[in-house]
Amino acid sequence: MRRFSFHPCGNYRENYKQELSIFETDYGRLCVIFFLIILFFVAPFVVSPYMLYILNTIGIAAIAAIGLNILIGFTGQISLGHGAFFGVGAYAAAILATRLGLGFYLAIPAAGIITALVGMIFGIPSGRLKGLYLTIATLAGQFIIEYVLIHWDSLTKGTMGITIPAPNVFHWEIAGDKSFFFLIFLSLVLMTWFAVNIMRSKYGRAFIAIRDNDRAAEGMGIPIFKYKLLSFGISSFYAGFAGALWAYYMVSITTEPFNLGLSVEYIAMVIIGGMGNIPGAIFGATFITLLNELLRYVTGLLMNVGFVTSSGLNMAPLREFVFGLAIVLFILLEPRGIAELWRIFRSSFRLWPFSY
Amino acid sequence: MEFFLQLLVNGVCVGLLYGISAMGFVMIFKSSSVLNFAHGELLALGAFFFLALITWAKLPIIVAFLLTLVGSFVLGFLIEKFFLRPLIGEKLIFVIMLTVGLAAMFKGLILLIWGGNLRTYPNFLPETLALKLGTIYIAPVYSATLVISVLFLVLFGLFFKKSAQGIYMRSVADNQMAALSLGVHVRRVFALSWAIAAMVAAMSGIVLGIINGVNVHDLSSIGLKVFPVVILGGLDSIGGAIIGGIIIGLLETFTGGYLSPSLTDVVPYIVLVFILLVKPYGLFGLVEIERV
Repeated sequence: MRRFSFHPCGNYRENYKQELSIFETDYGRLCVIFFLIILFFVAPFVVSPYMLYILNTIGIAAIAAIGLNILIGFTGQISLGHGAFFGVGAYAAAILATRLGLGFYLAIPAAGIITALVGMIFGIPSGRLKGLYLTIATLAGQFIIEYVLIHWDSLTKGTMGITIPAPNVFHWEIAGDKSFFFLIFLSLVLMTWFAVNIMRSKYGRAFIAIRDNDRAAEGMGIPIFKYKLLSFGISSFYAGFAGALWAYYMVSITTEPFNLGLSVEYIAMVIIGGMGNIPGAIFGATFITLLNELLRYVTGLLMNVGFVTSSGLNMAPLREFVFGLAIVLFILLEPRGIAELWRIFRSSFRLWPFSY
Repeated sequence: MEFFLQLLVNGVCVGLLYGISAMGFVMIFKSSSVLNFAHGELLALGAFFFLALITWAKLPIIVAFLLTLVGSFVLGFLIEKFFLRPLIGEKLIFVIMLTVGLAAMFKGLILLIWGGNLRTYPNFLPETLALKLGTIYIAPVYSATLVISVLFLVLFGLFFKKSAQGIYMRSVADNQMAALSLGVHVRRVFALSWAIAAMVAAMSGIVLGIINGVNVHDLSSIGLKVFPVVILGGLDSIGGAIIGGIIIGLLETFTGGYLSPSLTDVVPYIVLVFILLVKPYGLFGLVEIERV
């Protein structure tokens, strides 16, 4: 029987296998298992429906943010079209479910694959372009997709929107926040597991090599274009998957939410959470979703305060301002995001109570 | 034929507007390689500041105009000092995201103070500036735009070619490290280029405001339309920005006139993708050669 490791006081790795380990210590593994048990067996039964709604929103955002983190944080390609890809996924699922009558267990992955293909089309410019130029290409992608979603009436019903039938397994209908909670968080766990493991594989190492120095990577024999495209594909698959879940959860969808603002929100999640860090994307999604809800609550509250109402001041833009401020402050003060804060917090416990 | 000519003239006029809106953007990119996503908000800030000066403070037009220019010069300087200087040497994405964050902040701020409604300036341009060529009418604003854009084109051309500061800016854009080691005051170059860019942005914001009225959402969407314009012209070419602007303007008015008005907003971006695929460094941009 091997010994459990708890708090190593230094780096004791001796081979590559240890370097690749997901959990540094068994303590971390136990914590994650404990957390998952709480999440699945306690959380959905004790929290209020409103909190459950927030949790579900966080879960969906986290899946999309993990996808974007693979592209931005691991491959170093900046995409401003993630919100539109999310929309493509939502519409693909809606159309597959209503026109072809596919079950949700087929429609959601299929939506992910369709979105991956669309994402790869907009990733093609990455063969010749780097950095800034690519960012602008994805910006163009955002606007073009938005236009197509609104104006391709025969397929997307334009501004009317589509209503999706509730998903069901063996005649048991998934409806309501609680059953969606399980669907969303099971997907999140699965997608996180996939992302963590892909980063330990040959593909993940190639992505990181391209991020750190694309010329050196090409010199070492990594076909850059192929891997960049693959990264675009994986990231869009995540966006599409999340979009499809969102479409089912929201029941009816319109083109409105999938604008540039949503793309910016996802980038903010990745940066605030921590680039190149899978749990970071989940932290970021949690932070941004909670911030959004908090700001909505606060502006709603401020609307009813006497002097604000009497002066006729509109408090809604305050949300946009604080959102921008949060991004700016994180970039200036802690560019490595919440994941770094969490790491600092954990490592201060490392030698406890004899830390120095 | 007449319809065609009127569209042509309108297209060139709109394009010149895009061109001068893009100039400030190119200015920043040329010296510090920063893509400024807050450019539209800088346009809007200038336009609203001018509006406040002439309607609330009731200053004469000339004084208000000069004050706006000075104010935005200082604003650009402060933005660089407080937000961008700490990021010198950081990764590109942080700088880009910072400008995205700034854009959201400014937009929220403007909406808080002035609200989202369309405002208009009092009409102050003399009607004598209007041009009439046969049946084609060019509004005074557009002829003023033409004069301003040519003036700025010449001024910037001279500035970058002849003046010491302009040459410093180009050297910093080309290679920050090399410029530093040759004794160029890189921080001053950055500060100056943001200040000048904010000033130019404010000016183009005012011109846009005279034509379309002042509205945050419109102005910030023009800030995004700057991207196809500068990509077409080449990201680091000021003359290219004007020509790119004219081409995009023509494309927009012609698709609006002959195909469908709803397409006008998306056509620049479709063109953008094709340019990026075929000629990534634009018509007049500096081609970076990279060997592996």
